[in-house]
Amino acid sequence: MARNIGCNVIDHAVSRRGFLGAASAAATVGGLLTPAQAEAVQSGQKRILQLFLQGGVSQFESWDPKPGTKYGGPFRAISTSVPGTQICELLPHTAQRMHQVSIVRSINLKTNDHGQGRLFMEKGRRAGEFPYIGSVAAKYLSPKNPPLPGYLHITTRGLTDNTNAFLEAQHAQMRLEGVQAPANLARPDKVADEAARRREEIRSRLSQRFAGRSGQKAFVESFESSFELADRLMSQKPLFDAEPSAKDVERYGSHPFGQRCILARKLLENGATCVKVTHHGYDTHAENFNFHLEQLGEYDKTACMLLDDLHDSGMLDSTLVMIYSEFGRTPKVNQRYGRDHWGASVSVAAGGCGIKPGVVVGSTNPEGTEVADREVDAGDLFHTWFQALGIDSTADHTIPGKTIPIGDPTKAPIEELLA
Amino acid sequence: MALDVTKTHVLHEWKYGKPMIACRYEPQGRFLFSSSEDYSLQRWNAESGEKIAWEAHDSWVRDFAFLPDGETVISAGCDDRIIFWPTAAEKPEPKVEVAAHKGWVRCVDVNGDGSLIASGGNDRLVKLWSPDGKLVKELAGHERDVYSVFFHPDGRFLLSGDLDGKVHQWEVATGKLARTFEAKDLHSYNGGQGVHYGGIRDITLSADKKTLAMTGLHKASNPLGAVNEPLNYLFDWESGKEVRKQPADGIKGIGTNIDFLSDGTELVASGGSGGGYLLFFKAGEEKHFHNLKLKDTVRGMSVHPDGLRVATTHYDGHIRISKMTEKAA
Repeated sequence: MARNIGCNVIDHAVSRRGFLGAASAAATVGGLLTPAQAEAVQSGQKRILQLFLQGGVSQFESWDPKPGTKYGGPFRAISTSVPGTQICELLPHTAQRMHQVSIVRSINLKTNDHGQGRLFMEKGRRAGEFPYIGSVAAKYLSPKNPPLPGYLHITTRGLTDNTNAFLEAQHAQMRLEGVQAPANLARPDKVADEAARRREEIRSRLSQRFAGRSGQKAFVESFESSFELADRLMSQKPLFDAEPSAKDVERYGSHPFGQRCILARKLLENGATCVKVTHHGYDTHAENFNFHLEQLGEYDKTACMLLDDLHDSGMLDSTLVMIYSEFGRTPKVNQRYGRDHWGASVSVAAGGCGIKPGVVVGSTNPEGTEVADREVDAGDLFHTWFQALGIDSTADHTIPGKTIPIGDPTKAPIEELLA
Repeated sequence: MALDVTKTHVLHEWKYGKPMIACRYEPQGRFLFSSSEDYSLQRWNAESGEKIAWEAHDSWVRDFAFLPDGETVISAGCDDRIIFWPTAAEKPEPKVEVAAHKGWVRCVDVNGDGSLIASGGNDRLVKLWSPDGKLVKELAGHERDVYSVFFHPDGRFLLSGDLDGKVHQWEVATGKLARTFEAKDLHSYNGGQGVHYGGIRDITLSADKKTLAMTGLHKASNPLGAVNEPLNYLFDWESGKEVRKQPADGIKGIGTNIDFLSDGTELVASGGSGGGYLLFFKAGEEKHFHNLKLKDTVRGMSVHPDGLRVATTHYDGHIRISKMTEKAA
């Protein structure tokens, strides 16, 4: 039954307003936290940070190094802050924080296809119309009147998916093109306050009339919530407009991924439920090693700065951090020094809310060609993420006319990973 | 037999059995040294193809250089080290080991009198070493990984090429940057994939010391998928001006090595998704005038001191020795 490690949906509905006063007080104590951070901590809201390494990061060059073996490649393994746990030398900053992060090395996705792998990792199902992790989180973890859309994705590329599936439209992913504010966020200058108010009144009256018709209530509610969300997003425009501080740029890096992670932190601090940041450039069919040097060199320090900031603000305890790809890369190095698509022995890392830190779950065989111990897949991961967040992943989504299991009923959470 | 590159043919295929990386002939022409993905080095008898192999570095070796007498070979490893080995020893043991760079050592070269060894690495530094492995000088100025180093034969200058497509010319005595050659098309940034790509894969100078040549790749429409073509840049040494770009249209790959032959022909090895090639250019022309397609993609190349043979390393675990003359009857 329910894995109750904290608050539930109802808690969120009442907690935010209730804690506003306490948040303000906390913000003043010592001045260590910004008001946004203090409120984020005090609100009790749980959230997700997804760091998606698009294209399929190599498990050999990240979480499951095999130096000196047939397919090990040129990189070495380094020790971490967790005795006995080694990761690839391309992640030196992460290695120093390994006591905050855990690894699953035994994922068999049974697909080498980008689309299938991504959907499986996001939906926890191999096929079918199911909501993404971010949409599920937005539905069950967002407060009643969220200050931001529940599920935000900072990226510059990618497909437009039906991320919310059968859940309400307001839980769909909102894609941000890099760190730019969404288009048309500011009201046109020509529309005066009074005109805007009158327009909203008319729109609202029409909605109410339409909702009175048989069978239209849910549809109109979803429609209304989208407008409310847009309105709230407009009020958050300063989040996008503010230039990052020189200190943040120095720590996170001036590259696009650094800028996106700074924005991700701001969005999480200001009430977003799930923020996904995509780092591109891991589909390394050629020059895998040069590109992993470059990409993980950029990723490692930046991600760790974000992890540090969440930790230092106290938000890490209530933020599930997922570091994942749609699959991994082949053990065999191809003729172009590349590694190709590989779903049979994949690794992910995670930390924060509900995750037992410093754990390594499962293993692969000595050459990394297959899972040797504790085989799991994305269905098991899906359960694990929501159990870590205090959501009963074995319960059902209730939608008009039917119920649908939140997680795949044939899969189970990875208990070793849960705090 | 005289050099005739249009008659180039594969003379030998020597099997090692593991994917191979780099190779270099020893200056006396007795041996060919090579490296492979299993972290080992191989020494091949240049005539018979007999080999020995030994565990050398804790990672891949991407380049070799020799002291002028040929009795010491220096290997550049992705384990941050350069190691000095006795060339002809029955069982080579390290003479000197140096933790040379923070990150891969990608390239190494020796000056004409053997008094200095240059190395370049992923720490974006070029370093000069004495033959006993002592650090002599550190040259900072590259903004990305250093891919290639080359001593000018007169010994006064060292050239180093990087991922950005820049070749720095350093004054060896002072360590000052004298000038920079910019081979802009040998670097690209793909915003969609978020990657820098290309680099100066090799540098050489013509025998008359008038033409500086370098090779790499361009037209990188899909770096992660190896969609790119080889490209050479030629510069006039005296003026520093770009003389010519030499694309190899229609061949998918990377120019991995470049060398001048005795008749002034430029020989370029290309490896990649289009397979392995030896490409032959005339310095005064844009297009290559001849090529030889090899059985498998090329990863490294070295010309024998006799100027007639060229060795290539291949992914399929073979060394191929090609002869640039008419076939013997």
